[in-house]
Amino acid sequence: MRVALDARDLACERDDRWLFEALELQVRDGDMLRIEGANGSGKTTLLKILTGQLSPQAGKLEWHGEPLRRVKDTFLRSLLFIGHAPGVAAALNGQQNLAWSAAVAGVEAPSRAIDQALAGVGLAGFEDVPAAQLSAGQQRRIALARLALIPRPLWILDEPFTAIDKDGVGWLEQRLVDHADRGGAVIMTTHHTFQANDRVNSVLLGAAG
Amino acid sequence: MTRGALNQSRTDAVGAPSATVGLVGACAAQVRRELAVARRRGGEWLNPLIFLALVTMLFPLGISPQPDLLATIAPGLLWVAALLAMLLSLDALFRSDHADGSLEQMMLAPQPLAALCLAKVAVHWLLTGVPLALFAPLLGVMLSLPTAGSLTLIASLLLGSATLSLIGAIGAALTVGLPRGGVLLSLLILPLYIPVLIFGAGAVQAAVQGGFAGPALALLGAMLALALVGAPFAIAGALRISIHG
Amino acid sequence: MWTFIHKLGSPKWCYSLCGRLQPGFWIAALLLIAVGSVWSLAYSPPDYQMGNSYRIIYVHVPSAILAQSVFVSMAIASAVFLIWKIKIADMAATVMAPFGAAMTFLGLFSGSLWGVPTWGTWWTWDARLTAMLIQLFLYIGVIALRGAYGRNDQGAKAVAVLTLVGVVNIPIIKYSVVWWNTLHQPATFTLTSRPAMPESMWMPLLIMVLGFYCFFTALTLYRLRNEIIRRESRTRWVQALAE
Repeated sequence: MRVALDARDLACERDDRWLFEALELQVRDGDMLRIEGANGSGKTTLLKILTGQLSPQAGKLEWHGEPLRRVKDTFLRSLLFIGHAPGVAAALNGQQNLAWSAAVAGVEAPSRAIDQALAGVGLAGFEDVPAAQLSAGQQRRIALARLALIPRPLWILDEPFTAIDKDGVGWLEQRLVDHADRGGAVIMTTHHTFQANDRVNSVLLGAAG
Repeated sequence: MTRGALNQSRTDAVGAPSATVGLVGACAAQVRRELAVARRRGGEWLNPLIFLALVTMLFPLGISPQPDLLATIAPGLLWVAALLAMLLSLDALFRSDHADGSLEQMMLAPQPLAALCLAKVAVHWLLTGVPLALFAPLLGVMLSLPTAGSLTLIASLLLGSATLSLIGAIGAALTVGLPRGGVLLSLLILPLYIPVLIFGAGAVQAAVQGGFAGPALALLGAMLALALVGAPFAIAGALRISIHG
Repeated sequence: MWTFIHKLGSPKWCYSLCGRLQPGFWIAALLLIAVGSVWSLAYSPPDYQMGNSYRIIYVHVPSAILAQSVFVSMAIASAVFLIWKIKIADMAATVMAPFGAAMTFLGLFSGSLWGVPTWGTWWTWDARLTAMLIQLFLYIGVIALRGAYGRNDQGAKAVAVLTLVGVVNIPIIKYSVVWWNTLHQPATFTLTSRPAMPESMWMPLLIMVLGFYCFFTALTLYRLRNEIIRRESRTRWVQALAE
């Protein structure tokens, strides 16, 4: 098993307000988990907790049965995160952006592999165009090229379908399902309805107040 | 986006171990990235130099063009102007990385954030502090700074500006999430810059007066060593707070 | 011991503890400052060099000492807050900062007043005064950063980091200013480095310093209570208290 993320009795307080309490989560190989909730219900905060960047006020977060904080290094080597802001520098082109992303994530990426990943997200021919000159959707595609370039079992994605066109949405959906089918796991926040919607589990935030 | 391309892009297995890049490689990539960004922004690295020249020009106009008076105040004046030029360049240090989410990626890297920050600050110093240090003696000539002080001016600015970059980055990291961080940044950072200013200008003054600049330079070096050890962790901590609260 | 520290983390318990400790410190502060003032102004002998003007040290020295102690206290509170995430520690650091700034200002002001009879000028770039001026800016920076963030958890952590960076820098700043001072104006006349102050002079000074410390503690406890109420205003126990 590659993915085993457990959250027990998780609670988060922000500025004296409880965003959620007693949250239970279990993510294993092949799981797709969607986190739902109204604006301000703490979706992004929960993702930050699940990626180990914020610590919850209460509850346990475990990676393969060990407290996440203690195995942070191995956890981070299994995690691919694409946030609300995708981490694509406007001044750099796709090649440069991905070379940096891969190296910082600890993965060696020869320029051929980067070109391939860019072609995979439909950006063939745009390799050396600065991201500032690309559309918002194309910038997000640069970020999504990491999915192919940086092989990681656990994907945590904050609103991955934002700014992606119709074709791209279909492709991305397939990409996520494929990843899960091949034994990876996906946690995401999105309002998108999957075609294979029964494949996706949901957690609703904010219902408990 | 064709299916063919899609299939091509997932030739590797999910999470299969691939060739890894270590800490040094990651830092090198960070340096390459910062240099590429700077190259893309073109002449921006010249701005601190122009600022230094402008500020220096104001003093003969505001005080007096008398060479002996200018020579007396030149070491301190050049140091103050260079320090302000460093300060102005710091506000932008993390701002775009914060806005586009790159900082978040750095935080989720398996490499320590402090090391990546150090790489970033090193490039800032290379593109701001080093040009300032090399340019300042030229302005020293215009202020009738005795040539005996030139080398010490370069050395003190090289050492001191690295400390200024490191300390300033802490302030930049603390204010990166604030909408109007610029003025606040100077308020937070300038008091901490004072020791560097004292020893930096002191070294040049000692050299000009025929004294020995060694002790002051050594103290500048000591402060740099202290900043190198402590500042990266403070920067990393401050960034985590600014981004995640 | 650990249960005590744990209890300190509870705002409610801390609130009542502050309430119980407060009167004692107020009384001690009042007594010590009253005794110290009368003693120092009326009974201690005039200085052989400066006559009666030296008596300003009975305000200047305590406030200068407090100016530094308060910053160190804030740094300790900040470290406690960052390490153990005890919110009371941050509240304490919050309420101490303006007092520290006020003490620094008082130290500067009294130092500058003292300068008139001693140096014949309102301001001189004496090492101690300069270091204190820088200290004032450190306080202002901490207060300004807190103001920019507003009263939230993120701002609290940011201020804590700044306070810790500041406290590391205080000795460096102090020594560099002393170095700078000796370089530019050797042999400045300073009072405190003179040997052998007679007991009749330093005893009231000691009492004044203690009085200032008690005043600082009492005021901090008082303001901490207010801060607890303000931040916990939505909790049940505070609302019960208000009724």
